[in-house]
Amino acid sequence: MEMYRSHVMICRGTGCTSSNSEQIAKNFEEEIKKHGLEKEVVVERTGCFGLCALGPVVIIYPEASFYSMVKPEDVEEIVKEHLVKGRIVKRLLYAESVEENRLKALEEVDFFKKQVRVALRNCGIINPENIDEYIAFDGYKALEKVLTKMTPAEVIDTVKRSGLRGRGGAGFPTGMKWEFASKSVNDQKYVLCNADEGDPGAFMDRSVLEGDPHSILEAMTIAGYAIGASQGYIYCRAEYPIAVKRLGIAIGQARLYGLLGDNIMGTGFKFDIELRLGAGAFVCGEETALIASVEGQRGMPRPRPPFPANKGLFAKPTILNNVETYANIPVIFNKGPEWFASMGTEKSKGTKVFALGGKISNTGLVEIPMGTSLREVIYEIGGGCPNGKKFKAVQTGGPSGGCIPEEHLDSPIDYESLAALGSIIGSGGMIVMDEDNCMVDIARFFMDFIVDESCGKCTPCREGTKRMLEILERITEGKGEEGDLDKLESLAKNIKNAALCGLGQTAPNPVLSTIRYFRDEYEAHIKDKKCPAGVCKELLNYFIIADKCKGCGICAKNCPQQCISGQPKTPYTIDSSKCIKCGVCMQKCPFKAIIRK
Amino acid sequence: MSDAAMKENMEKLEDFIQKHKNQKGALIPILHEAQELFGYIPEEVQKRIAEVLHIPAAEIFGVATFYSRFTLTPRGKHTISVCLGTACYVKNSKGVLERLEEELNVKTGGTTADGKFTLEATRCLGCCGLAPVMMIGEDVYGKLVPDDIPDIVKKY
Repeated sequence: MEMYRSHVMICRGTGCTSSNSEQIAKNFEEEIKKHGLEKEVVVERTGCFGLCALGPVVIIYPEASFYSMVKPEDVEEIVKEHLVKGRIVKRLLYAESVEENRLKALEEVDFFKKQVRVALRNCGIINPENIDEYIAFDGYKALEKVLTKMTPAEVIDTVKRSGLRGRGGAGFPTGMKWEFASKSVNDQKYVLCNADEGDPGAFMDRSVLEGDPHSILEAMTIAGYAIGASQGYIYCRAEYPIAVKRLGIAIGQARLYGLLGDNIMGTGFKFDIELRLGAGAFVCGEETALIASVEGQRGMPRPRPPFPANKGLFAKPTILNNVETYANIPVIFNKGPEWFASMGTEKSKGTKVFALGGKISNTGLVEIPMGTSLREVIYEIGGGCPNGKKFKAVQTGGPSGGCIPEEHLDSPIDYESLAALGSIIGSGGMIVMDEDNCMVDIARFFMDFIVDESCGKCTPCREGTKRMLEILERITEGKGEEGDLDKLESLAKNIKNAALCGLGQTAPNPVLSTIRYFRDEYEAHIKDKKCPAGVCKELLNYFIIADKCKGCGICAKNCPQQCISGQPKTPYTIDSSKCIKCGVCMQKCPFKAIIRK
Repeated sequence: MSDAAMKENMEKLEDFIQKHKNQKGALIPILHEAQELFGYIPEEVQKRIAEVLHIPAAEIFGVATFYSRFTLTPRGKHTISVCLGTACYVKNSKGVLERLEEELNVKTGGTTADGKFTLEATRCLGCCGLAPVMMIGEDVYGKLVPDDIPDIVKKY
């Protein structure tokens, strides 16, 4: 490999790519060439650094200068100043990373300080399209150890001892899953990877696939050896074009290097991986639905047992793990299961990646040891709610999870604690909401999602969620009735008990958790016909503040209902009985004299 | 789509079908290819797939209508997808969508009368750092407010 004096790492994750990081990379290459530095400086396109809020991000090593919100036109200056003259361009540095004229190491920055990057270890460090870089960072070393020095039983035992649990949501012990499949006798078995990351607000699997695709291939091959399978499938969302492309490249390179195929590393072990694309159905995150989809059918779940470990894909024994679960596997073999189990809590070992989003300053990906408190993640790493707004709740686990209020923020993050709060870890989406978000509207939003995505096979989920949505819609429209909350709770209980698959069984969680913690907000909607957060349109009224109104009449002219009246140069008034709450007057008022409450 | 283009796409699809027909679970990859080539999945294409794969056409219709990525009607020249994932939703992507409906005079899921735009709501594009986000074709627009919409739409 060539030696370079400087490495320019440019994030080509989805967030940064969307804000033009490819153009930035091209500009760097051009400018570097212009200055004749091609032999000294290399431009690397990497996976996600995690701090998506500040994208596009460029980090230049060895100084580790963290340039944030870089624009293509800034590149000329960075090359001229930093790479040619050795002067860091201070105005573009991430402000947090500078302290009294000293550049802090990335590990000292608040956002990174508490993080432990295991699943994300290579994201932002290596070029994901180059297998040599993965190998240079201990890639395929675990596979070599497994194939040459361990028996399948020892492999399963190692995974069991690590305490690793499924990162896709349910948290089932991974080693046990592998053991079931290994004991199932059959001529053909399969290894599946669930890369159909459907939870809105979760993008950790996407970042692993885009930033470190080989780690998934290596882990699946290890799983294949452990259970005695020769074929694997990755089921990836078609909405993730960059991930699909990089997986394709990675599979090609691995075959070329003899790390996939008929005789892996000359050991005679045979394993290959094929990529299958999802087609936009949330329910395909459920294992039996995903299997049906890979088989080419409608992605509908079926009752278990038989469990996939006995009868899965094409009716053969199958294991299915999530992307992040696989990403942990190679490290467990390289550093030992005891090392992995030393992190986390008694029942939840290791680390977990969360996608921080919503009303939070540092939107992005964070990986923390299990047991870290929600407060540390939201305030110390995430920087709290922006614009001085008050925190209201954090939603974890997507449509299967719940909303957790301020008073429980000191709870540790692990499978059991979040379940006790009425939520789940889920795949790791963490959406922060502030005082401007209406919790009834959020519950309605998730129920709308579920009604849309329910496959329709079982009645409790197909009909029950629809009835729940209707009640929630009525409440947000100001037509809520006494007794609605009881009806919601009883429907929720029945759906949870009777639905066929995980989607239905967890669908009522967002409603139940918001009723549990924000009952007063529901009651304000139902009894007082008011939306305290000012979100539910039908419950709001528009008012003109007399002091601010200059009497220009622009509002009256634009009102489609002609319900605003007044004399020029004196304050106007709105007739609420005729108002359709379209909000045009508020948009048009040049003096911000119209409010909604 | 002109007849010549239709014929050419049919041939391309035929090659793809022949190449993959013996693969296990080939139907969905073939539908992806058809959606990519035609922009939707025409009835005659469904019938042809049924013939080669020996799967009833009704079953193919069932699969094609189950997944939101497959459509049975032609789309507008540009597809506008507004993200209604949670992170975007809490940052008012609904306001962005409503403004687009108003500006283009089309309901979500519909295509404008001139065939220029299809407006869609989508669930999480995975770039929550830019919320609220929409895509027009391959172009991503982030950190939107409803008032940005008229200028953006004019570019197309």
